[in-house]
Amino acid sequence: MSFLLETIIGGLLVGTLYSLVAIGFVLVYKASGAFNYAQGSLVLCAALTFVTLVDKAWPPLAAGAATLVLMVTVAIAIERLVLRPLINQSQVTLFMATLGLSFIIEGLSQFFMGSTVHELDLGVVDLPIALGDILISRLDLIAAATAAILVVVLSFFFNRTRIGLALRAVADDPQAALSVGIRLNTLYRVVWGVTGFVALVAGLLWGARQGVQFSLTLVVLKALPVLIIGGFTSIGGAIVGGLIVGVSESLAEIYLGPLVGGSVSNWFAYVLATAFLLARPEGLFGERAINRV
Amino acid sequence: MGALLELVDVSLSFKGIRALTDVSFAVEQGSICALIGPNGAGKSSLLNVINGVYRADHGDIVFDRRRATVMHPLSAARAGIGRTFQHSALFKNLSVLDNVLTGMSRHARSTFVENIFRVGRYSSEDRAFRRKSERILEFLELSPFRDTVVGKLPYGIQKRVDLARALVGDPRLLLFDEPMAGMNHGEKADMSRFILAANRELKATVVLIEHDIGVVMGLSHHVVVLDHGRKVGDGTPDEVRRIPEVITAYLGPIH
Repeated sequence: MSFLLETIIGGLLVGTLYSLVAIGFVLVYKASGAFNYAQGSLVLCAALTFVTLVDKAWPPLAAGAATLVLMVTVAIAIERLVLRPLINQSQVTLFMATLGLSFIIEGLSQFFMGSTVHELDLGVVDLPIALGDILISRLDLIAAATAAILVVVLSFFFNRTRIGLALRAVADDPQAALSVGIRLNTLYRVVWGVTGFVALVAGLLWGARQGVQFSLTLVVLKALPVLIIGGFTSIGGAIVGGLIVGVSESLAEIYLGPLVGGSVSNWFAYVLATAFLLARPEGLFGERAINRV
Repeated sequence: MGALLELVDVSLSFKGIRALTDVSFAVEQGSICALIGPNGAGKSSLLNVINGVYRADHGDIVFDRRRATVMHPLSAARAGIGRTFQHSALFKNLSVLDNVLTGMSRHARSTFVENIFRVGRYSSEDRAFRRKSERILEFLELSPFRDTVVGKLPYGIQKRVDLARALVGDPRLLLFDEPMAGMNHGEKADMSRFILAANRELKATVVLIEHDIGVVMGLSHHVVVLDHGRKVGDGTPDEVRRIPEVITAYLGPIH
C-alpha cells in the first residue's frame, strides 16, 4: 500500500513539472495560435546558459538573473521576428517555423556553450525525506513546490486579470480584439516574456534532476500528450493533464514494466494521448468547437 | 455641429480590382448616416477603411479634425471608433459580460505590472469597467444573459452583444456592418430602437450599412449611396429616394 502511495506521489511531483512546461505551450497557443516546438530548445538554452555562467564563477543569483534577461529577450524576439510576420498563416506554417527555430536555438546554444553534460547544483542535498514509511526525494519535492507555485500564479494571472481576459479574447478572434482596442503587441510581449521565464524555471528544475544535456529539449515531446489530454487552450487542462501523465506513467512503469521489460514511462503517455484523441479529441478542458449549420 | 468624420477621395483596390473609387462624403456630429447600395458596391470595404482593417490606396480620412491616410484598427479604437461586424466577430467562448468588458479596453490605462499585482490603477479601473458594462447590459436588455457563453446564444441576441461591446467604450463614432441582416421584423424593430437610443442618449454618431430600405429611411438623417465602388447619391432620405441610380439599383431599370 505504501509503495503504491509512494509511486503516486512520485508521479504527482514529476507531473507538476509537466504541467509547468505545458502551460508555456498553452499561453503561446492562445496568443499566437502556434504549437511552439521551440519551447524545448528554450529550456535547454536556459539551463545551458545558467550552468555556463556558474562554471565561470558567477554567483548563482547573478547567473539566474542574467539568464532570465536573456530568455525573456530571446522569447520576445522570436515572437517579433519570426511569428509576427507569419500572422494569419496556417497553423502548420507556424509550427514549421518554430520547428526550424528549435534547431537554430539548439545549434547556437551548443555552439557557444558546448554539448558536454553539465551538472546543475541548486544547492539541495538530495536525501530522501521519510513520511511514515513513504520515501520522497527532497529535490523532487522542492522542484514540484516551485513548479506548483508558478502554476498557481500563472493561472491566477491569466484567468483573473484583464490581461487574461484579453488573452482569451485574442484566442477567439484577433481581428475583433484589435478593433475593440486591445493592445495585441503588448499582449504578445507579455505572453512570450512569460514563456521565456517558464523555460528558465523548467530548465533549472529538469536540469537539476537529470543533468544539463541535449535530452532536455525532449520536454516538448512530453508536453504534447499532456496538451492532448488537457486541451490546447486550457491552463487548467495543462495542470490536470500534467498530473495525469506523471502519475499514470509512473504507475505503468511499476505495474506494467515488469511484464514488458521496462521503460514503459517513455511511451505510456503517448498511448494515453492516443486513447484521448479517439475518445475526446478536444481534451478534458479544451474548447469544443461550436458550429452552427 | 460640424463633421465628425470626413472621407476625401478614398480609393481602394485588391490586387488590381477596384473596390472603391474616389469616394468623398462627410458625417455630421451626432447624426445617423446610412450606407446603401447593391451587393458588391463597396459598403463593407468602406467601413473597413474607416477603422483601418483595410488600407486605402489614396485619399484621406478625417476623424475629429485629424487627417490620416492610413488608419490602424487599434488606434481607431483608441480614438473612439467602435464597430460591429457583419458576421459577428464576438469572442464566442467568453461570457456576455466578458465580451462587453473587452469593449472597455480602449480606456485601459493600467500597465502590465499593475495588472499582475492588482495594484495602482488596476482595481479602480476594474470596478469602473464592470459598473459600466453592467449598465450597458441593462440598457440593451441583456442582463438575463450576462453569464452565458456567447456561442450558445441565439443569433439576434449575439448581434445585440456585438452592439453592447461596441457601445460600452463610449465611442464617438459607431460603425455598424449590417446590424439587422437575417433578423425578423420584431428583432429589427428592437435593433432600430437600440441604435436610436445609442445615438440620442449616448451621443454616438452612427454610420451603418443596411439593406432594408424601410429601416434606413426611418432611422437615418443622411444616406450615402454606393454602386460599383462609386458614390452615386448623397443626401437626406427624401432626396436620395428620387435619385435615378437609386431607383435603378433598388427597383431595376425603368423600361
